[in-house]
Amino acid sequence: MAEHRILIKDACKYFGDVKALNNANLEIKPGEVVLVIGPSGSGKSTMLRCVNKLESVTSGEIYIDDDCVTAPGADIRKIREDVGMVFQSFNLFKHLTVLRNITLALTTVKKTPKAEAEEIGRKLLARVGLADKEKAYPGQLSGGQQQRVAIARALAMNPRVMLFDEPTSALDPEMIKEVLDVMLDLAKEGMTMMVVSHEMGFAKAAADKVVFMADGEIIEIGSPEEIFDNPKEERTKTFLQHIL
Amino acid sequence: MAEVNKDTKIEVTDGALIPDQAENSIFSAWNIAFFGALIILIILPIASPDPYRDILKFIPDGILTTFKVTILSIIFALVVGLFAGLGRLSRIKIINRIATIYVEVVRGIPLLVQLFYIYYALGKVVQLPRLTSAIIAMTFCYGAYMGEIFRAGIQGVPQGQMEAALALGMSRTQALWKVIIPQTFRIILPPVGNEFIALLKDSSLVSILAVADLLRRGREFASTSFLYFETYTIVALVYLVITLFLSRLVATMEKRMKINGRT
Repeated sequence: MAEHRILIKDACKYFGDVKALNNANLEIKPGEVVLVIGPSGSGKSTMLRCVNKLESVTSGEIYIDDDCVTAPGADIRKIREDVGMVFQSFNLFKHLTVLRNITLALTTVKKTPKAEAEEIGRKLLARVGLADKEKAYPGQLSGGQQQRVAIARALAMNPRVMLFDEPTSALDPEMIKEVLDVMLDLAKEGMTMMVVSHEMGFAKAAADKVVFMADGEIIEIGSPEEIFDNPKEERTKTFLQHIL
Repeated sequence: MAEVNKDTKIEVTDGALIPDQAENSIFSAWNIAFFGALIILIILPIASPDPYRDILKFIPDGILTTFKVTILSIIFALVVGLFAGLGRLSRIKIINRIATIYVEVVRGIPLLVQLFYIYYALGKVVQLPRLTSAIIAMTFCYGAYMGEIFRAGIQGVPQGQMEAALALGMSRTQALWKVIIPQTFRIILPPVGNEFIALLKDSSLVSILAVADLLRRGREFASTSFLYFETYTIVALVYLVITLFLSRLVATMEKRMKINGRT
């Protein structure tokens, strides 16, 4: 068995001539929570999206446990079932109820019987504190509620890994906490998480590692204390001065 | 001379309700046209039963045929259009090319010529009944326009919807049918409604194949009675009442969907 849960090896990604990701190397162990920070355009989201192949790397390798995401013949759909993803703009299916949003992939991909899928869906809604909203449509919910549904939707597939792409950036300040609380619970339960976010509070409470990226490169990796209190690299220092 | 804004886009859709400054007034253009036509249609046979009553007795069959051609053609055109639209968005080059050629060919040939071609020219190979030929030609033509509507509708669904579906392990096809296409219906309903009205008007062309639609029935009546003015007045008024009613219906539907879209 591999010791890592996610392994990124020498990953590069070009968009035309633009190098969005340059030789990224990162190992995430089972149960680890890793926060990725850095200025916009630094390649954080690109790296995250390469992990479930929403973007394909130009070169390099990415593994989820022993499954190679980047291998030419990889069964990417099978791998994606095991990798939950939460988006900045929620991306809930607007034409479906909250419960159906959660059960759709279960019934179409895993062929779970409807009753069983709905039972799973209701349990997850209760877990994110939205048990009373199962019949609502996404447009009737607040941003924070939508993001909690999106987390429940990803959890329904019982993933080994959860990816969060700026999950609180599109939210009003008063709604950020309700989403972070759900994420903190997940972290406590031992979920392996890769989170692109600048939420320092979440980092200090839950992150095992913080990764600082700039210009498509990983500049520094360390514990939250190391990165936030004693950054070694000049660029990390400059960046932290800007956001704190 | 008033200065013309270079970015002004002029869009006049066949069948759509035209904007009217006095829209909420009793004397709006739509009210005057619709109720005016309706009142004339009611008064004429009362004031002058001969010949108007006879004309109005003669044409209802034609109205039914017009609706039959229109409704069947629009249903088939929707099916053809869905596949044409998907083809235009396909990543497989050959499918994309075929769909694009289809749209270009249809747009380049007048509908009347398409009707003649399918009935008379292809009649050398397979002789189809007149009504069938008419419906095939209308479907072939409007399928291309529907294809462009579907293409725009599918592109109008945010990219994130597809990404979210893929991230859950769905295939592209599953995502398309379960997530993307159901969301296009809200977007395409108003333009499809307008195409329906345009198709209803264009269906008068099938009278050239001796399909007994509204116009053809009028022509039959006029050619035996020689009452051209009276007959075609009634025919024109009936078309007008139907299309004005439908365009108001589409506009109401559109308005209601905009309100629902906000919640």
